[in-house]
Amino acid sequence: MSMFFTIAVIVLVFLVIFQIAKASEYVSILKGDENAKAQSNKINGFLMIVFLVLGLVGVYLCNKALFPKTLLAHESPSVQGEKVDSMLWVTLIITGIVFIITQILLFWFSYKYQENPKRKVFFFPHNNTMELVWTVVPAITLTVLVVIGLRNWFSFTSEAPKDALVVEITGKQFGWMFRYPGKDNIFGKKYFRVINDAQSNPLGQIWADNAQYNLKADPANFDDIVLSQTVYLVKGKPAKFIINSRDVIHDVGLPQFRMKMDAVPGTPTTLWFTPKFTTKEMKEKTGNPDFVYEISCDQMCGNGHYSMKGVIEVVTQEEYDLWMAKQKPNYYAAFPDKDPANQKPVTPAAGADSTKTLAAAK
Amino acid sequence: MSNEAVLHAHEVSHDVHHGGHDGHHHHENFITKYVFSQDHKMIAKQFLITGMVWAVLGGLMSVLFRLQLGYPEASFPWLEDILGKWAKGGHISAEAYYALVTTHGTVLVFFVLTAGLSGTFSNFLIPLQVGARDMASPLMNMLSYWFFFLASIVMLSSMFVETGPFSGGWTAYPPLSALGDASPGSKTGMDLWLIAMALFVVSQLLAGLNYIATILNMRTKGMSMTRLPLTIWALFFTAVLGVLSFPVLFSGFILLIFDRNFGTSFYLSDIFISSVGALPNEGGSAILYQHLFWFLGHPEVYIILLPAMGMVSEILSTNSRKPIFGYMAMIGSLFAIAILAFLVWAHHMFVTGLNPFLGSIFVLLTLLIAVPSAIKVFNWLTTLWRGNIRFTPGMLFAIGFVSLFISGGLTGIWLGNSALDIHLHDTYFVIAHFHIVMGVASMFGMFAGIYHWYPKMYGRFMNNTLGYIHFWVTIAGAYLIFWPMHYEGLAGMPRRYYDYSVWESFKQFVELNRFISTVVIIVFAVQLLFLANFFYSIWKGRKVTTQNPWESTTLEWTTPIRPGHGNWPGEIPEVHRWAYDYGKDGKSFIPQTTPVGDDESEHH
Repeated sequence: MSMFFTIAVIVLVFLVIFQIAKASEYVSILKGDENAKAQSNKINGFLMIVFLVLGLVGVYLCNKALFPKTLLAHESPSVQGEKVDSMLWVTLIITGIVFIITQILLFWFSYKYQENPKRKVFFFPHNNTMELVWTVVPAITLTVLVVIGLRNWFSFTSEAPKDALVVEITGKQFGWMFRYPGKDNIFGKKYFRVINDAQSNPLGQIWADNAQYNLKADPANFDDIVLSQTVYLVKGKPAKFIINSRDVIHDVGLPQFRMKMDAVPGTPTTLWFTPKFTTKEMKEKTGNPDFVYEISCDQMCGNGHYSMKGVIEVVTQEEYDLWMAKQKPNYYAAFPDKDPANQKPVTPAAGADSTKTLAAAK
Repeated sequence: MSNEAVLHAHEVSHDVHHGGHDGHHHHENFITKYVFSQDHKMIAKQFLITGMVWAVLGGLMSVLFRLQLGYPEASFPWLEDILGKWAKGGHISAEAYYALVTTHGTVLVFFVLTAGLSGTFSNFLIPLQVGARDMASPLMNMLSYWFFFLASIVMLSSMFVETGPFSGGWTAYPPLSALGDASPGSKTGMDLWLIAMALFVVSQLLAGLNYIATILNMRTKGMSMTRLPLTIWALFFTAVLGVLSFPVLFSGFILLIFDRNFGTSFYLSDIFISSVGALPNEGGSAILYQHLFWFLGHPEVYIILLPAMGMVSEILSTNSRKPIFGYMAMIGSLFAIAILAFLVWAHHMFVTGLNPFLGSIFVLLTLLIAVPSAIKVFNWLTTLWRGNIRFTPGMLFAIGFVSLFISGGLTGIWLGNSALDIHLHDTYFVIAHFHIVMGVASMFGMFAGIYHWYPKMYGRFMNNTLGYIHFWVTIAGAYLIFWPMHYEGLAGMPRRYYDYSVWESFKQFVELNRFISTVVIIVFAVQLLFLANFFYSIWKGRKVTTQNPWESTTLEWTTPIRPGHGNWPGEIPEVHRWAYDYGKDGKSFIPQTTPVGDDESEHH
């Protein structure tokens, strides 16, 4: 019912506007075309200035209301993000100045030079000096921006530092999986045809010989740790992601760290950055007790795209070591009988060994 | 066919001033006049009206998905009435949301802003402004429209299939677009999408070749290339861009069709789909498609924008009563933009794992585009300076175009710089950027063109008051909708999300989204007002009583008020000067057909 009412009101408003517009046309014919044109020209000229003033006030108010909600309101929690931010500011200032000057000129000229029967227009088809100026000045300005941009670009895309914490991240519809290389610091080989979710092998780690695909088990896989949804990184330590996708193209979006890289099936990509603040510190800095570093999928990947979320916990080195010590290689999930913890009741000696290694890891 | 031949072929066959009365030589019945017409003016109107139908559909889709974004909690029972299972309980499903977003993008970019804008005005203006009876090949021209029509029918039909229309974004990146098992929208809906797009490419090629041939070969006596109005230059570069880049897109689509249906692996490799297991494909590259797609995709942006730029140049000059400033620089910048358009496609791919060195080259070339763009803006501003401006609705939209082009163009400098793109890529910042600079600005160019050439199209005026309302609400609305989106982008908010409520980082914009959605509805309603004005005025608008209502210099205003097929009743007029002699030697304007007087100052 309310629907009909709304439609009726809209139609009515439409008809009223339409009738007024039609009437105004008749009036203009009665008044004489020239008079009517002069009048509407005055109104539109005036509206140009009104629009300019309201627009600039609007820009200011919009900024006041929305700026605190952007990432720029807080210091970036990554070293790379700081560079992005400073570059954003430089670009904003340059484009902002151009924006304000050109918009003011546009609407001011429109207002100032509205038709006036007394004015004689200035026949001004071209002027080489002026054209040269506004070719060269933008070119120089852009060169500055390109230089700043490329310096950052090459630093962001450079090889990650040797001491970086390397994590493999794999997207699938619709979630993220993470793999740490384990104690040997080597990622075991993978093959997509041996992926088997039911048998705890979501990444296709080659940990058993396979005659069908001519694969040999890679021992480097035995200590790899596989996690889903949450990944732990260390404050102040560069983190390098090796990015894969299992099905369609995804994108590892790290809004707070100002970083992003696609996950492409069949073509691994990389991305590295250095987190500066722990999650706990960010909760204080942003004043938001629920703050988390989120990984958002930034490449359309299907109907669950909007829910493809991962979490990054940035912690101190000590917290990280404690946490890491508690993680079990994924190999043991697939082969519980190989897990030293499960072998305890059978052979006590082996159990003692595993406690020792755990203690050593700590 | 040479212009002379065409001229003689039509010499006697034309009725002129009076619309109702047929020519002596050929019969025009309803079918040949309105349906399978070979008159470029009628084909232009066909493109325009089909484009309008698509604009309403595409616009309505954006209203629907904005309802979801603005009111994610609310339920609208009437949605279920129109969308059925796609909106159970009055709540648009994620699948339907993505289908709407995808179709909105495809339709607006290709069907409205390519076919509707450049199709309309290339057809309408090229023969009239270069002084030709019709296109080089009127038959090909007609085919071009009918291929577009077929494409439209197929695209429309994709919306009614069981598994829904394609829903993987208008760029249709594989593997998502290649695998029906990855998304229901990639099943039959995607096949239809691809067929529609392939037909569309055919239509564009037929049209583009025709436009180029006409402009190069069929200019009237005296109409040298440097006397052409800027509209024609812009439409010329548009056609060149289309002819050189659409085939690449076509090849990309063909490979995708093969991957989908014939088991090839051009784009597919190492894929495991949860519901079906590992796929047999190996050795393909998903990124290959993106190269092929954006090799058209980026020029496409200029295919959309250049016609608007050309028309705006023409309209600004006419209504400022002043020559366009820096005519040669305007052509030069159009040329530079057209060349650079081919060399920047990978700036859409900075975060795909592109080689950083290659990326740096694309940064350089991309930011280089800002130079010709800046030249154009400053030249437009100087055209207004010390003019004598008449605010016709067309002129208002032309000024609005310049404002939007500045706003949206400047954010291109942000996104073109790869180090910033890493942060802003695929966020709402991008949405704001391309909607302002390409979407709304081109729409403004199109509106400007419609208001300005309406008297030539239908022999009547559109209602001015409605035009003014249309302009002021639309420009205010466009800024209110897209300006705040920059802030959402600076918060890292990703595009193409159905629901933000579970995201700690992005859920702070609930009220803003509601505000934007409300403005969208109002702006959409005002566009309906424009359509009402358009169609009402075809039959009831104030009649045009003078041949040249805007006191313009160009050739189309030397034809009769309602020109027949063939445009000029007698000889095609000869051209003696460039198109921008406004305010010269104290005269308000000197038409291109006026011979140069002895006492005239410097002559172009």
